[in-house]
Amino acid sequence: MNEMTMISDPTDQAIEVKSLTKQFGRFTAVDDLSFTVKTGEAVALWGANGAGKTTVVRCLLNLFPFEGEITINGLDTRQKSKEVRRQIGFVPQELSFHDDMTVAETLIFYARLKKVPDGFDFEPILNQVRLNHHVSKRVGELSGGLKQRLALAIALLSDPPILILDEPTASLDIRAREEFLVLLRTLKANGKTMIFSSHHLEEITALADRVLLLEGGRLVVDAPPDQLERRLGWETTLHLYMPDPVIEPAMETLSGLGMPVSRNGRGVRVNVAPGSKAKVLRALQQAGIEVEDFSVE
Amino acid sequence: MDFENVLTLIQKELRDAFRNRWFLLYAAAFTGLSLALAWFSVSGAGSFGVAGFGRTTAGLINLILLIVPLMGLTLGAMSLAGEREKGTLIYLLAQPVSSGELLLGKFIGLALALTAALVIGFGLTGVLIVFLGNGGDFRIYLTLLVLSVILAIATLSMGFLISAAVKKAATAVGLALFLWLILVYFGDLGLMGTALVMQLDVEQLLAFALINPLQVFKIAAVLDLRDNLEVLGPAGIFAYRTYGGTLWPLLVGLLFAWVVVPFLIATQVFKKRGVL
Repeated sequence: MNEMTMISDPTDQAIEVKSLTKQFGRFTAVDDLSFTVKTGEAVALWGANGAGKTTVVRCLLNLFPFEGEITINGLDTRQKSKEVRRQIGFVPQELSFHDDMTVAETLIFYARLKKVPDGFDFEPILNQVRLNHHVSKRVGELSGGLKQRLALAIALLSDPPILILDEPTASLDIRAREEFLVLLRTLKANGKTMIFSSHHLEEITALADRVLLLEGGRLVVDAPPDQLERRLGWETTLHLYMPDPVIEPAMETLSGLGMPVSRNGRGVRVNVAPGSKAKVLRALQQAGIEVEDFSVE
Repeated sequence: MDFENVLTLIQKELRDAFRNRWFLLYAAAFTGLSLALAWFSVSGAGSFGVAGFGRTTAGLINLILLIVPLMGLTLGAMSLAGEREKGTLIYLLAQPVSSGELLLGKFIGLALALTAALVIGFGLTGVLIVFLGNGGDFRIYLTLLVLSVILAIATLSMGFLISAAVKKAATAVGLALFLWLILVYFGDLGLMGTALVMQLDVEQLLAFALINPLQVFKIAAVLDLRDNLEVLGPAGIFAYRTYGGTLWPLLVGLLFAWVVVPFLIATQVFKKRGVL
């Protein structure tokens, strides 16, 4: 861990975005967006495709002109662009490396740009991202998962305090995604500040302390993941499986509690408010109705 | 400006250029054709009494006018637009690298690659001339190499400007080829036709010639070879009589301006456009 990470105070604002607006011609990709990220916090930018997630990420890196203000660790991204990028490890959505370079050549090239000192030992990072058996391979030969790990290895080269990840698991299969999330959780536990974009809810609940839901470039919800469903007014559908004779009594019990319920094959289907799933099971138990199994939709 | 970053990018660009099949093809074509030209020039030298280097230089001017701008323009056009299309540009600029460092690194890297290709082509041709035992004025041959390098970098700079402004590599290369056609066409046929149709006076004809870097190169190369411009007709004679001793520095200065000005405009266009 470097000095910057060691001295970080958990109450510090690592990222501060004020009135960020980005237009492409007449299209407004990000509209008057403001948010902060504390040091050590993991914040997810969540939203459908075209919600403005990638544009926000690119503005944080000052990759194109924008309106508004962005400060990273107290530095204005526009005025101190290079210093800001020195504090950021970036994992892009599209893994765009030079395919004819080997993994080792790629790491050395980016290490030089990041001012990693000569004689730097790449072994720990390669072990961390489990790329150590692939150093002599050409980047073009790597699978999507391995390229993603290479991007993470490059992002970690100068041990930056902040990681910015744009749809980091978009190109990964389920297993590779799980492995990558484990890696990211370890980094978060080590104190890295993270901001990542995603449209996978399970990824967000697994990693984020806070979720910023974007719609049409605007911030719709800023909440911890466990409050997200409630804030969005979502309903969860429970499928309860039970013996045929108790289906009718179960439906009467639940509709008596004001829950919308319907018969569904060998059980019932009931719509409940977020955080109320246990209430359904408790009510059936108190009525002496045995539930054999259930699933959540 | 962090020159360590520029150096890192130069090295990478050089490495990429020597793995670029277009670059290798151009370099091989140039070397092959200049060797063939030297062979025929030297073979026929006995009957005309012209020494190897001087005669080869005269022949090489036309070959250079065709191939060198094609190399510079297309390689320059592919550089930024190609990386923009692949997405590597955005990833590079997400690192602690400024756009100025990136552009300078890529430009110098490609310029060095072009220089190396020309030095190899000229070098092998020079060895062949010496091997065939037909020497002559080596200084003229060397001057042509230097002028060719400046022309290559000037056209690279123009290709770079196209690349900074355009999103797709194919569009950039298409525009570069179109520009190459215009420059080559206006070099001779277009200029002659325009002069006839528009009844340009000799001064206007010279001005038209001097806005084309290929013509500037040609005039400079012929001036160095012959020490006068009679071979280029009235405009050449007018230029020689008007500018006299200042003509040579003027021509070289114009070529250098073609190196610097498009590159500077390219940096501004790139900054305004961003990485997308």
